[in-house]
Amino acid sequence: MAKFTKKKDGELPAVSTASLPDIVFMLLFFFMTVTTMKDSSLMVANTLPNASEIKKLEKKDRVIYIYVGTPTREYQKVFGTEPKIQLNDKFANVDEVGSFILAERAKKPQELQNVLTTALKVDKDANMGLITDIKRQLREVNALKVNYTTYEGDAFNNLQ
Amino acid sequence: MPRRNGAPEVNAGSMADIAFLLLIFFLVTTTIETDAGLDRMLPPIEPPETDVIIRQKNIFTVNINKNGQLLVEDNLMDIKNLRETAIAFLENNADGSCSFCKGTKDPSSSDNPTKAIISLKNDRETKYSTYITVQNELVGAYNDLRNREAQRLFGRDFTDMEAEYLNPETPSSVRDDLKDKVKRIQDMFPQKLSEAETTTN
Repeated sequence: MAKFTKKKDGELPAVSTASLPDIVFMLLFFFMTVTTMKDSSLMVANTLPNASEIKKLEKKDRVIYIYVGTPTREYQKVFGTEPKIQLNDKFANVDEVGSFILAERAKKPQELQNVLTTALKVDKDANMGLITDIKRQLREVNALKVNYTTYEGDAFNNLQ
Repeated sequence: MPRRNGAPEVNAGSMADIAFLLLIFFLVTTTIETDAGLDRMLPPIEPPETDVIIRQKNIFTVNINKNGQLLVEDNLMDIKNLRETAIAFLENNADGSCSFCKGTKDPSSSDNPTKAIISLKNDRETKYSTYITVQNELVGAYNDLRNREAQRLFGRDFTDMEAEYLNPETPSSVRDDLKDKVKRIQDMFPQKLSEAETTTN
């Protein structure tokens, strides 16, 4: 009787591989989404002001970021509560901005070195004195193209 | 009782659903950052070789003090009126050489848009947000005028054309066409926004 034919020893049914593509896609999408182009974590409060006449910053490889704001709570003990400049992963003084820009510029490919933009991500509560000092540094190293990064919105919301 | 059929096959029909669920979860939670902001050019540090003489009436001075108050052409002004005032100054057209301007031809204000300069000064203690608002209004004044002329000449907004021109995904044939148009409008109202050294007092 066929019903009682004994299976050969050790034979297991083949594992279904129909879901393999799904798993692969899942992993793919996972890595696609978690991989961000961000190369530094924020150590300063960074609530940007609003503006309406904005232009998009195209091509991330042509942008150098400078963050300014009050240090976040875990750094406040060491660095105080006055707005500070963050370059890559560390706090910096105003006079380091120039050399930072030059170093970053040297890292970029030759053909991009003349078209770089400096994106100033400045907290809305910072004072202009610091920004003026940064602007002076930028002018000294001839990095004249700046972008005051803002959120899109009504500029008058800033005044409240 | 011993099992006769070996391990039962796992139903994999819902695997795709789970994968999609995860995919949608990540799609929703990740924000792809597109930075945007106000593009500005800083003045070069070396002074120009020839001293340009600018008449006082061609300069529109905007001063921001540490309390965020505006002094425009020596008058205290509300920030909400800044845009209109700047537009009126830019297209004042005192010498009548600008054919498309709709200004009042006030002899004590700017000669024509190519000569008009906006000078922005701020205190060291001015708040950054106030400064950005003022910058936004001044850039907005230029954009309003440029949009008006672009609408008249080409039937679309200047900001729209510029955004398409700067977008790297725009095909080069379209971009070449836009380049001339954008350039033409920019020459009509050149953006001359000077940022002088900050005062400390």
